[in-house]
Amino acid sequence: MSAVTALPSQAPAPRVFKRRSKFERAVSSPRFWRGIAGILAFLALWEFGAWAKAGLGLEIPFFGKLPAPSAVAAAAAEVVVQPGYWWSWVESYKRVLGGFVIAMILGIPFGLALAVNKYFRDVFFPPFEILRPIPPLAWVPASLIFWPTNEMSIIFVTFLGAFFTIVINVLGGARTIDVRYLRAAQSMGATQWHLFSRVILPGTLPSIFTGAAVGMGITWNVVLAAEMVSGGGSQAGGGLGFFIWSSYMGGSMEHIIVGMISIGIAGYLSSALIRVLGERVMPWRRAF
Amino acid sequence: MSVIAHDVYAGDRTPARRQQPTGFGMALHRAKKGLRSPTPYLMVFGIAVWLFAYWLLCEGLSLPRFEKIPGPVTILSDWISANPQQGTSIYTPDYYQHIYVSCRRILIAFVLATALGVPLGLLMGWSAKVKDYTFPLFETLRPIPIMAWVPLAILMFAGYETPVIFLATLASFFATTLNTMLGVQSIDESYFRAAGCLGSRKRDVFWHVVVPGAMPFIFTGLQISIGVAWFSLVAAEMVSGDFGLGYLILSSYVNSVTVPMVIGMLTLGFVGWFSSAIVRFVGNRLMQWHVKALAMQGR
Amino acid sequence: MQSQIFSAPTVPTKGAISIRDVTKIYDPDGAQVMAVDHCSMEIAPGEVCMIVGPSGCGKTTLLNAIAGFHSITEGEILLDGVPLCGPKHPLASQASDRIVVFQNGALFPWKTLAENVAYGPMVQRRWPKAECIERARAALKEAGLGNVADKYPGEVSSGMARRAEIVRALINEPKVLLLDEPYRAMDALTKQIMHEALLEMYDRTKVTIYFITHDLEEAIFLGDKVYVMTTRPCRVKKVIDIDLPRPRDYTTLTSEAFRLLVKEADEAVHEEALKAFQAGEREMA
Repeated sequence: MSAVTALPSQAPAPRVFKRRSKFERAVSSPRFWRGIAGILAFLALWEFGAWAKAGLGLEIPFFGKLPAPSAVAAAAAEVVVQPGYWWSWVESYKRVLGGFVIAMILGIPFGLALAVNKYFRDVFFPPFEILRPIPPLAWVPASLIFWPTNEMSIIFVTFLGAFFTIVINVLGGARTIDVRYLRAAQSMGATQWHLFSRVILPGTLPSIFTGAAVGMGITWNVVLAAEMVSGGGSQAGGGLGFFIWSSYMGGSMEHIIVGMISIGIAGYLSSALIRVLGERVMPWRRAF
Repeated sequence: MSVIAHDVYAGDRTPARRQQPTGFGMALHRAKKGLRSPTPYLMVFGIAVWLFAYWLLCEGLSLPRFEKIPGPVTILSDWISANPQQGTSIYTPDYYQHIYVSCRRILIAFVLATALGVPLGLLMGWSAKVKDYTFPLFETLRPIPIMAWVPLAILMFAGYETPVIFLATLASFFATTLNTMLGVQSIDESYFRAAGCLGSRKRDVFWHVVVPGAMPFIFTGLQISIGVAWFSLVAAEMVSGDFGLGYLILSSYVNSVTVPMVIGMLTLGFVGWFSSAIVRFVGNRLMQWHVKALAMQGR
Repeated sequence: MQSQIFSAPTVPTKGAISIRDVTKIYDPDGAQVMAVDHCSMEIAPGEVCMIVGPSGCGKTTLLNAIAGFHSITEGEILLDGVPLCGPKHPLASQASDRIVVFQNGALFPWKTLAENVAYGPMVQRRWPKAECIERARAALKEAGLGNVADKYPGEVSSGMARRAEIVRALINEPKVLLLDEPYRAMDALTKQIMHEALLEMYDRTKVTIYFITHDLEEAIFLGDKVYVMTTRPCRVKKVIDIDLPRPRDYTTLTSEAFRLLVKEADEAVHEEALKAFQAGEREMA
């Protein structure tokens, strides 16, 4: 029992391991290459499906019906140099953002009001819950009848799609705030307004962003549907949904797939935007 | 002498005479307590005010633009009338045909998506290798909104039925797989370790840890998945279809009959809500442990 | 009390652990955190060995190495003279001769207590399934948990759950029981009861116990030896032999010998706790 002496300070020299950057480590990990392999295998099967049909007369289910990825790539190269294609991006983005921003502006206060005031919740929540299960797309015809212009009805349906999701998420988030935070704030003499703006609002932010991310996905679906159903006319610049629809009418599968990929990218970019914004606004969540 | 004999927790000797409340008794108690609070009255009041506002705007005052939308009285009188003015009511067989066709499609799509998505999700969550190979591909396809698949599906598959089912399956497959995978990943590492210590083989870990541990997430996923299945079903039926509630809504719009359109919307809402209630019910039945643990935490 | 379930051993149960010069470095490519640094310990069969040290010092790392959850970077660990892990196999295999009781409890929440206890024998095919359940019930009953055997872990108190977890471990007749601060979140009164129950189970089975804690009184009350560890990287700072007579009960806590041992250990631990606190590292709990 004589080991109570101070810790010997000459700790053995640490073995030397090479330190590498994040990117280097990602590229050198098998995980990265496995992902690439998975995607390449998918593309190869797809290409083979198209090739087998043309060359061997053999039709693989699913892939056999599609044009080859190389044909799609050729069509894409043709399309991306046309300004009309980029205008449809702009059109769709305008609609998505329009409906989405309105839904945020109305949905967040409504959700918070539902959360903080019991009477408000009792009165307004039941009608909300009755309307919520109706899929947003089912509103398209009704809003086409109601609103004077197509544009307004598209934005209205877009708004609806995002609104329900955001409200539900805000309500859920605000109600799960740890009571201890509220008590702590109260014990330090916070006023009602402070309680709301310094505890409830920041506490709800994560749910607001979750709701926004989900709402964004719905929004894109709704915009596409509305563009396909209503914009099927001869409007110029009908958005990406119209781009797909007109390719469908023209019977060009290559262009349909180009349109799908474009929408995939557009949708991904908007979700990424929300994620980046979320990290900006909630620095305390970034570490996790 | 055993210390357990005078242990306060000692099970066998605690007087176990306390009657456990039955499910029905609890419900009755809750109902009685609920009626004393203002909540149910406010709820009725809220719905009444909303209906009245709706009626006032569309029928009472017939404000411009609102007059085009059928009001509650018009809808209800047509809905329950034996001779509906606009062709759809609870007495017309067509109405049930639409509901039946949609429900059948949803059922097929949901079963298919669950049968494919749950096993795939379990594998992706459990095996890092499977996830490494498939997840990037999955994440490449997932951002494409289901609506964007509609024209492709119509061209790829013949007929009305297959494209609609394909789209609903696809949408719910993504939701189910992703949630199942997250469910497996959410299982606390110590359960895997405990299973390892107790001498489990891989198979045991899969059946006794992975599957039950992911269950709560799987059922959350299934509820989301049935929601998106309805969502894409409506999309698909509106664009291509010969029957179904989505078709009813769009064809009514095209034929300028607005009452069946709203009836279709409300029916969709109800059927959608009901189907997700069934999923929730089945989930709670299968996960008594989860329900009871939540109840103990007072949630 | 003579047990029918855990047969009293006639020869001392095997379960000697030798930890020889073990080093563990986390993330060798990146941050290179040294958790354990050339640590050696010899634990005799049937010994209750208490590991005390500041939070995040690497006690759990050693436990993980013995149980086969983590690999070691250098050195070797032997169980009854047979290498578990060493230079050639840095990761020990997981087997039911070394069972862990976890800090936050790891009873499967989706199984009832009886099913949980029966799980080990069932997957090892020790007995037919029905017999496993039957024996599990008997074992639970013996531990005073007879009337909650069909409840789910989420429905019983944390004390009961933790005790059921120990029953689940012991029904497999392990050589070593590894406990990772199992009573950390409990109040002092419950803890006292848990200690007495654990000692009773120990007296019956004489299993080797490797018990991590940072409660000194707990360590001295339960242990044969108390290892005081240094703050990260983890090394043995001091070994205290506890020569209090067994069986011990709550009266031991007030004895003079107990007080003296606490005082001796306290001096060693305090210094390390201070170092760990000043290092300000986030607890790895």
